[in-house]
Amino acid sequence: MTVQQRRSEGAQPFHLVVVSGGTSDPSSTRMLADRIADRVHTLAEDRGEQVATDVIDLRELATEITTAIVSQLMGPKMARAIELLGRADAVVASAPVYKAAPSGLFSSFFHVLDNDLLIAKPVVLAATAGTARHALVVDDQMRSLFAYLRTMTVPTSVFAATEDWNSKELGERITRAAIELLLLMESGFAEQVRSESWRHYQHEYGSAGGTELDIDLSSDLMRLATGGSAKPNRKA
Amino acid sequence: MQFGVFSVSDITRDPVSGETPTEAERIDGILKIAVKAEEVGLDVFAIGEHHNPPFFSSSPTTLLSHIAALTERLIVTTATTLITTNDPVRIAEEYAMLQHLSKGRMDLMLGRGNTAPVYPWFGQDIRQGLPLALEHYNLLHRLWREDVVDWEGEFRTALQGFTSTPRPLDDVPPFVWHGSIRTPEIAEQAAFYGNGYFANHIFWPTSHSKRLVDFYRQRFEHYGHGTRKQAIVGLGGHAYIAKRSQDAVDEFRPYFNEAPVYGHGPSLEEFTKGTPLSVGSPQEVIDKTLTFHDAFGDYQRQMFLIDHAGMPLKMVLNQLDLLGEEVVPVLRKELAARRDPESADAPTHAGLVRAKYGDRPARQPRPNANLGDNTAGDMPYQDDES
Repeated sequence: MTVQQRRSEGAQPFHLVVVSGGTSDPSSTRMLADRIADRVHTLAEDRGEQVATDVIDLRELATEITTAIVSQLMGPKMARAIELLGRADAVVASAPVYKAAPSGLFSSFFHVLDNDLLIAKPVVLAATAGTARHALVVDDQMRSLFAYLRTMTVPTSVFAATEDWNSKELGERITRAAIELLLLMESGFAEQVRSESWRHYQHEYGSAGGTELDIDLSSDLMRLATGGSAKPNRKA
Repeated sequence: MQFGVFSVSDITRDPVSGETPTEAERIDGILKIAVKAEEVGLDVFAIGEHHNPPFFSSSPTTLLSHIAALTERLIVTTATTLITTNDPVRIAEEYAMLQHLSKGRMDLMLGRGNTAPVYPWFGQDIRQGLPLALEHYNLLHRLWREDVVDWEGEFRTALQGFTSTPRPLDDVPPFVWHGSIRTPEIAEQAAFYGNGYFANHIFWPTSHSKRLVDFYRQRFEHYGHGTRKQAIVGLGGHAYIAKRSQDAVDEFRPYFNEAPVYGHGPSLEEFTKGTPLSVGSPQEVIDKTLTFHDAFGDYQRQMFLIDHAGMPLKMVLNQLDLLGEEVVPVLRKELAARRDPESADAPTHAGLVRAKYGDRPARQPRPNANLGDNTAGDMPYQDDES
């Protein structure tokens, strides 16, 4: 669906999913994510668009995440999170920084997702920390994780140490990141990559959160499965 | 419908007593388990294949032929035979020998094996695991069906005029199951050849296993072996039974909590809810097993894992009593009542002989004389035609 169609029909809001690794309630990590999501909403409204937001608070998934790591069993909350992310138009991923790295809970959650679940989706990366010395964690570590997942991270990272909460600059960075995210959503980039180029990425049967169920019956391996040769198909 | 037990042959410390059995004790124990399986009325016993501690089953056909000699009705089989790291020629020879010794009371299940270091021990490369499995089976299939095979492939020395001996019993190849949890190519190969497809159905939810079973059924029909319903499906399952539900949970929990693969992860309750594991009274295990039929339709073989994670022999034998006396008879009755007459029978040697020969006598290959160089010539059997 093009931006023009979305605007004219007005019925289909963008679907934004917030993933927060904050563990307290209220948590500054969640608050930062919410500020970004709110800004996306406001900016979208100004442009005659709607955004519907779902939140995945990783604190509630903590035991299911460790279960998934050691046994590959996905609990019901993980299943819901995967379903939401699978149909998200964009993601805000917000992590607390503990020991010069995004929290293990946050990283572990993304480690157990299928490699192809988030392909091409626009993502704002955000992190909170007790000291400004953690500021590069977002760009040094989180960005590489999301590059591995083939996501489209926005250029602006949002980092908030304790002293940033009162600063005007944080608000400006949030606005920048929100606009970048909104423009990427509007462009339909993720949708187009996924519809036109999906087969060029690596997939496993049942990956992409259980939705990747296409079976290519004409592959070399399928030829071998049905009594053919393992030799590469040499075209004349 | 066949019911049985399958063991991975792990030798695991009993978390309750703290004792680890010796290899000798565990091997003796597995013989008692197999013999008991027949005594309580089960149909099938299966053993895995591993080539490293803490497992003992490196030589499945040796074990299974001994079990076949100790029993009268039991079908012995594998879960699984490694089609990747074994030479398909050796598989053809060893399992044909087992077929003769057991008088046809055997079949085998092929799997790739997921222990990476095993591959180089046998000169193979795990990165080639899937093509290796597919090519090896293509060869194995021919070795059991053609007296003389010329073959060339990517993964093994070429064969010229090779005859795998002994020829299968009654010249009917052993029945083959292809085991897979997430590989469409394996399901496709099973369908292409009209072989059985087995879903391990232990760690994953039923919905996961159902996708490939449905694909296999559809492809089985596509290749003209029969209708979808006539495809031959086997399922695993994991059960712990006690007369009282709470006793089952209490007795099984320490073994579950320490179990390799999922121990220290999900709770017993979460795992029971999310996967095919059933822990409870005979009625609870019956009810859960019947949900497999709801999901998969008629199937031919149900295997239960009952002996792993350090459970002592006495406990396992007690499981067999409960399974044989209280669970399986009810399941047989219930599943028979639900059965579509069109569905395939469970595979047996007698059934395969009937399908191949009808009322005619089975072929009994007799070799030609030794030509003096320890061979019997290009057409090695007396009834071979040029």
